[in-house]
Amino acid sequence: MSIGRASADVIVIGGGIHGCSTALHCALRGLSVILIEKDHAGRHASGVNAGGVRQLARHVAEIPLSNASMAIWHHIEELVDDDCGFTSDGQVMVAENEADLANCRARVDDLNLRGFHHEELIDAKELREIVPAVSDDCPGGVISRGDGAAIPLRATQAFKLKAQSVGVDVREGVRVTRVERDGTNWRVVTDAGDFLSPRIVNAAGAWGDRIAADLDEPVPLEAVAPMLSITAPLPAFIKPVVILRGRKLSFKQFGNGTVLIGGGYLGRAIRDENRTILDWAKLGSNMKTVWDLFPIMRGASIVRSWAGIEGKTADDLPVFGRSAKHEGVYYQFGFSLHGFQLGPGAGAVMAEIIATGRSNVPIDGLGIERFAPAH
Amino acid sequence: MTPLTDIGLLAERYDLVVVGAGPAGLSAAARAAELGLSVLLVDENPAPGGQIYRAITTTPVKDRAILGEDYWRGADIVGRFERAKASYAAGCTVWALGSDEAQPELFELGLSLGGKARMIAASQVILATGAQERPFPIPGWTLPGVMTAGAAQIALKGSGIVPAGRTVIAGCGPLLYLLASQLAAAGAEIVAVLDTTPKRNWSKALAAFPEFLRSPYLAKGLKLMAQTRRKLRFVSGVTGLAAKGEGALASATVERGGASETIACDTLLLHQGVIPGINLSSAAGCEHLFDSEQHCWVPRLDSWFASSVPGIAIAGDGAGIGGAESAALRGEVAAFDAARRLGRLTRDERDRQAAPIRAGLERTLRGRRFLDLLYKPALQFLAPKDETIVCRCEEVTAGQIRDTARRLGVTGPNQMKAFLRCGMGPCQGRLCGPTVVELISEVRGTSPAETGYYRLRPPVKPVTLAELAALPQTDGSVKAVVR
Repeated sequence: MSIGRASADVIVIGGGIHGCSTALHCALRGLSVILIEKDHAGRHASGVNAGGVRQLARHVAEIPLSNASMAIWHHIEELVDDDCGFTSDGQVMVAENEADLANCRARVDDLNLRGFHHEELIDAKELREIVPAVSDDCPGGVISRGDGAAIPLRATQAFKLKAQSVGVDVREGVRVTRVERDGTNWRVVTDAGDFLSPRIVNAAGAWGDRIAADLDEPVPLEAVAPMLSITAPLPAFIKPVVILRGRKLSFKQFGNGTVLIGGGYLGRAIRDENRTILDWAKLGSNMKTVWDLFPIMRGASIVRSWAGIEGKTADDLPVFGRSAKHEGVYYQFGFSLHGFQLGPGAGAVMAEIIATGRSNVPIDGLGIERFAPAH
Repeated sequence: MTPLTDIGLLAERYDLVVVGAGPAGLSAAARAAELGLSVLLVDENPAPGGQIYRAITTTPVKDRAILGEDYWRGADIVGRFERAKASYAAGCTVWALGSDEAQPELFELGLSLGGKARMIAASQVILATGAQERPFPIPGWTLPGVMTAGAAQIALKGSGIVPAGRTVIAGCGPLLYLLASQLAAAGAEIVAVLDTTPKRNWSKALAAFPEFLRSPYLAKGLKLMAQTRRKLRFVSGVTGLAAKGEGALASATVERGGASETIACDTLLLHQGVIPGINLSSAAGCEHLFDSEQHCWVPRLDSWFASSVPGIAIAGDGAGIGGAESAALRGEVAAFDAARRLGRLTRDERDRQAAPIRAGLERTLRGRRFLDLLYKPALQFLAPKDETIVCRCEEVTAGQIRDTARRLGVTGPNQMKAFLRCGMGPCQGRLCGPTVVELISEVRGTSPAETGYYRLRPPVKPVTLAELAALPQTDGSVKAVVR
């Protein structure tokens, strides 16, 4: 075992983009931090997701966090000394028919009433200008122009490396087995000894429910395996990330011509073995959607399909904020297939809450108390 | 044997699916069919034979002296398979292998044939996907005119084509001599054979020499070496090699000790041995170990060639390099065990019937260790100089990999992928994986076993979006989460 400290002001459990971001922001606020990760930073959902950096189509409860995060993404290199492969060509939600478009319109109107203006309705003409390859039948959609994409593992590792450079003690390959009260501290029991801290952050992703259960705050969390596929390079034909209003699809072409196809079709996650099993029938549906929408893609070669292990809550919203039961316990997990973009901002907000007790960024509706049994 | 030329003709389910129609796969399929199993043999080539007996039924090279009697031995192996009651899908690619979600006792295989994809089921699977050439990255190896010796052999066997112009063959391993003699016999203009075998390997290999004296390969090997050395310009002790040229190969620069020589050539054929192809077995979840003598990853297998995934066996050179004769016997041994697992043979019947084959197998593997030790490539050809391109698909150099490992503390090839994209191209890391592992190990001072290998993802061979889109789809939700 490497020499390092066994206690700190904050212990972060989980080395995904959330854990690494929170650790970094805590250290930047002068707190001493130990980060404990059972594999390596970004081994799971944070490292193998689609890399979408998206404000588009978010649940309203997440929008403030998402906005805070987006401000960081646009200057990511200033924070972590690496551009994380971030590019901003917008994200477009395509309506496949008039009913979809009506839903899009209602959504944008609702956001505008709430004071959010990052989503804009576009008509068939503008859709065709932005996404010329899309099928002629699509009547329009919604665009979020500041959105984009980054390279997931690189981004997560950049946060880790920057955190280390400002003093965070990162322990990779160390597995937390239990968390318990020890006087005014929390004792984090691992396979490499015990760690003590007055504050712990549970950023354990698809494994976060286990720590929450240990603390008697059970969260219904399912370990899922969203599947992604990538093609061999094709001539450049699309810049923004495209998602659909009706069917499941996310679609992005990288600068090297390869096209990433996702959308949230689930394989099977075996979280105790760090393993996922693909479901080819569902990938078939995934490809059928692309076939319908982008005729240009029909002859493309799929060179790789994979799935990460991700924690999905019952209401598809993360668990974020203080414990409802314990002083010094904070939750930041269960991002339900859309946590990557939130990582930089959520870490900043979490560090602010830890260091100052409050944040101006509203996080209503995300707290763990929503899962507490009714009294 | 029943050839199946349309994917619709395949059955939903077989007792045994054998992947690969080289000596191991042909023999496994033939033996299993003889034991009464329903068998499908799938192979991506248009005709049976694998690499070693490639195009044995179709080759235009009719002069038997060119390819040698060992090659023509393949005709008997194919003949036996043709007489067996097995199905055979040629030109058929296996792109996925995993357990069947609905029926855990079965495997699900994703296949493509004639532009159509399909999933079928198998109770048992024997992977006989053989070996691949060990990557031989040198400066300039991506220039037109530089190719692997194996590729030249494919062209010769399949189409009777010999390399154009002045040809240099470089590297190490028994196949180097075989290829040199085959190409010379077929009329290629071989200006030099450059042997990169490190001189100090001899002292290590000598310990295994007594056993090699009893090897069936010895006499043949010596004859081949003597012929090659007599007829061709043979340069031993080569310590450095680079391909040079503007836009195409013009010459090979050869270092030998302190001296350097430039040999003008039009074709440079590279070869430094073969290693098991592990992409399909890895993607199927089989456990692999690093064999330090063969210096490559091999699947962990029991004495019946059963992998760590019950129901998947790996025969032939995919089980560890053993050569063509042992491959055929390994295939049979694996087939006996498949029959036992399916309840068609008792353990005793399997042991009794397989005994003579297992004895023969032991004979064919005799002396192998000597060859492994002698022809272990030199470090400078496993972990090349910084300017050398390592990942051809994504054009990543050895220097970039070393720098990333050093500067960013990257511990394994899976993290390296995220930073440099090495191994993410269409070859799925076949051409860079071993080198990337070697370079990370060098920088970190770890062994290749500790460094690990790429996690391999299906499709193991590219499949088109159209093929996947046409797969039968389940009723599962296709609706987006509506916000």
